[in-house]
Amino acid sequence: MNPSKMLLIRSGRLIDPESGRDEQADVLIRGGKIASVGKRIKKPEGTEVFDAKGLVVAPGLVDMHVHLREPGREDEETILSGVQAAVAGGFTAVACMPNTEPAIDTQETVRFVRQQAEGAPARVYPIGAVTRGRRGEELTEMADLTAAGAVAVSDDGCEVVNAGILRRALEYASMFDIPVISHCEDPMLSGTGVMHEGYLSTVLGLRGIPAVSEEIMVARDIRLAEFAGARLHIAHVSSAGSVDLIRMAKARGIRVTAEATPHHFTLTDEAVRGYDTNTKVNPPLRTAVDRQAIRDGLADGTIDCVASDHAPHSSEEKELEYDAAPFGMLGLETSLGLVLTELVATGVLSLTDAVARMSTNPRRILGLDGGVLRKGAPADLTIIDPKARWTVDRKAFRSRSRNTPFDGWELTGRAEATIVGGRIVFQRSPDKK
Amino acid sequence: MKLKSRHLLGLEEMSAEEIGLILETAESFKEILERPIKKVPALRGLTVANLFFEPSTRTRFSFELAEKRLSADTVSFSTASSSVKKGETLMDTVKNIEAMKIDQVVIRHSAPGAPHFLAANIGASVINAGDGAHEHPTQALLDLFTLRQKYGRLDGLRVVIVGDIAHSRVARSDIWGLKTMGASVAVCAPKTLLPLDVSQMGVDVFIDLDPAIEGADVINVLRLQRERQSQGLLPSPREYHRRYGVTLERLAGAKKGLTIMHPGPINRGLEITPEVADGPYSVILDQVLNGVAVRMAVLFLLSGGEGGIREEAEVRGEAGIQ
Repeated sequence: MNPSKMLLIRSGRLIDPESGRDEQADVLIRGGKIASVGKRIKKPEGTEVFDAKGLVVAPGLVDMHVHLREPGREDEETILSGVQAAVAGGFTAVACMPNTEPAIDTQETVRFVRQQAEGAPARVYPIGAVTRGRRGEELTEMADLTAAGAVAVSDDGCEVVNAGILRRALEYASMFDIPVISHCEDPMLSGTGVMHEGYLSTVLGLRGIPAVSEEIMVARDIRLAEFAGARLHIAHVSSAGSVDLIRMAKARGIRVTAEATPHHFTLTDEAVRGYDTNTKVNPPLRTAVDRQAIRDGLADGTIDCVASDHAPHSSEEKELEYDAAPFGMLGLETSLGLVLTELVATGVLSLTDAVARMSTNPRRILGLDGGVLRKGAPADLTIIDPKARWTVDRKAFRSRSRNTPFDGWELTGRAEATIVGGRIVFQRSPDKK
Repeated sequence: MKLKSRHLLGLEEMSAEEIGLILETAESFKEILERPIKKVPALRGLTVANLFFEPSTRTRFSFELAEKRLSADTVSFSTASSSVKKGETLMDTVKNIEAMKIDQVVIRHSAPGAPHFLAANIGASVINAGDGAHEHPTQALLDLFTLRQKYGRLDGLRVVIVGDIAHSRVARSDIWGLKTMGASVAVCAPKTLLPLDVSQMGVDVFIDLDPAIEGADVINVLRLQRERQSQGLLPSPREYHRRYGVTLERLAGAKKGLTIMHPGPINRGLEITPEVADGPYSVILDQVLNGVAVRMAVLFLLSGGEGGIREEAEVRGEAGIQ
């Protein structure tokens, strides 16, 4: 962008968890960075003005768990279409999982992702695989991966079932100070399950995935991380038992962090009645008790971030019997709306805490720049209208896919504009200037 | 009186009044099955498609017979001979059927929710003939019919279902139907074959057969699939038979007038012995006969036929004119 281009964001409510700021102020952006923050900044000549009255100005939101289907399934999503969905959802950055075809398990594939992301409106941070081909047998060349730009490693989609391999992976990853992100699941316990194992699966006649499948691996991975002296991040926590284990581990000073998806703090297994395959996810939607435990965990900080696990799937693949459909639902374009409607409006989280879960914390965990509203910081900002009432319309999604169970939902709050490197890459109502 | 839904997907939501209507209508049709000319024109001009994605002999025959007795035009499709083998999806099969303007579809499928999928995507009425482990409503309805014929009521009966409850659609539909009609229901199985939280369905749970049999009016014996052993759910059929096999000896302490049921097909000597299956307590063959009448009732009511004595007289009258 033009190095001297200036943008003044005026009269917004600045929420910056890092500094504790929550007040009305202006932000002046120049050359892709924040030039100054203060009350009533005088508008320099030739500055574009964005009127943020009544809106919240936050450090750019980051979704640290998304599946961009490139390379391999560009029919479902490309890096570009995924990022377009992200900025429409208010995200200035995403971290993408390596379970593509081929997997992101070499420096070449990491570079490919970064290259494809070059023209995209938001930042894309690749997560490399823990093991080659995600087969759970041999470690990837993590020095190469991180040098090429990987910010973490994960075999997400699967657990690293062999504890011996995971132990070595944790030790090795710790040399580069990157977290190992675990998809906690024992495949022997999950079996061919397609939903949470409980009363609903009994009534619906569907095979279940018991909560204990996740919990025993959460317990196992935490102990291994402690033993290896490594950083562990638990992906998509879905059960109350897992939340308890993470809470206890943190109390003992173990370096574990965790994330939860909006669908896990919003829906329960009751949503599976009617067999809508958009409710089929792994880990599955569990009970009201689990949903509450996740909300409590987000409130008390046991769960550090909200991450959508955005998983696009083609209609042909989802329009099948429940047993046959693949797991996964979209998330980028509904995540912020659900956080605001289900957590902030209900008092579970303050706006500051919500911003912390969606911006400050994921950045800290992945070691990303920015995330503060301070002079010199990169100008990645999300402008939020916490009062906007809107109806989810999946036909209007920027994602290439349509697999969401939230179609038609009435939400309150969403991104009004997304600014990356000082450029407005997304704007809801163009007449705001 | 009419049924609330255009489809019959399960008994979980069906009211006692609706179940009563189906049973009464079935009684009229059963009477028709005693006549020399066993046909009525109730569904004449309508086309019913039988989609059996899972093998089935008796249920398919039963439905086909019911449809023909109602003068419907029937077309049947079973997986072996179908395009499913060529990789056609359920959705494609559905669209093809829709294009052919079928009025009613009877579907059996190994995937729970397959009938719901159909119902959401086609204009025809959908009847669930068994969807995985979810429900098999016409089986439960014929079970209810059979019991009501024998006891004159369902209210207050004590019914015990013995067998692989976890994988049984019959058990689930029976539980819903029986409880709605006021019966008291228990299940009996090894722990590995009981689905989680089954007691929340409102049933008593037994892992031993003898206490389950005590006080039971009816024992519904379910078929055990031998592959449960290779799935790690049971050590051996032998041990299953020892603990849960319904034999004459095990029935020694049972109530007078006990009824033995089985949805079929029977594994003689495994879950039930021939003496019991063919013995005086057994109503297994009545179940089969009643299946046709009950399915006629369901097809009739879902096609827009109204139940009740007045309608029955019309049906009789029309048949007389034939």
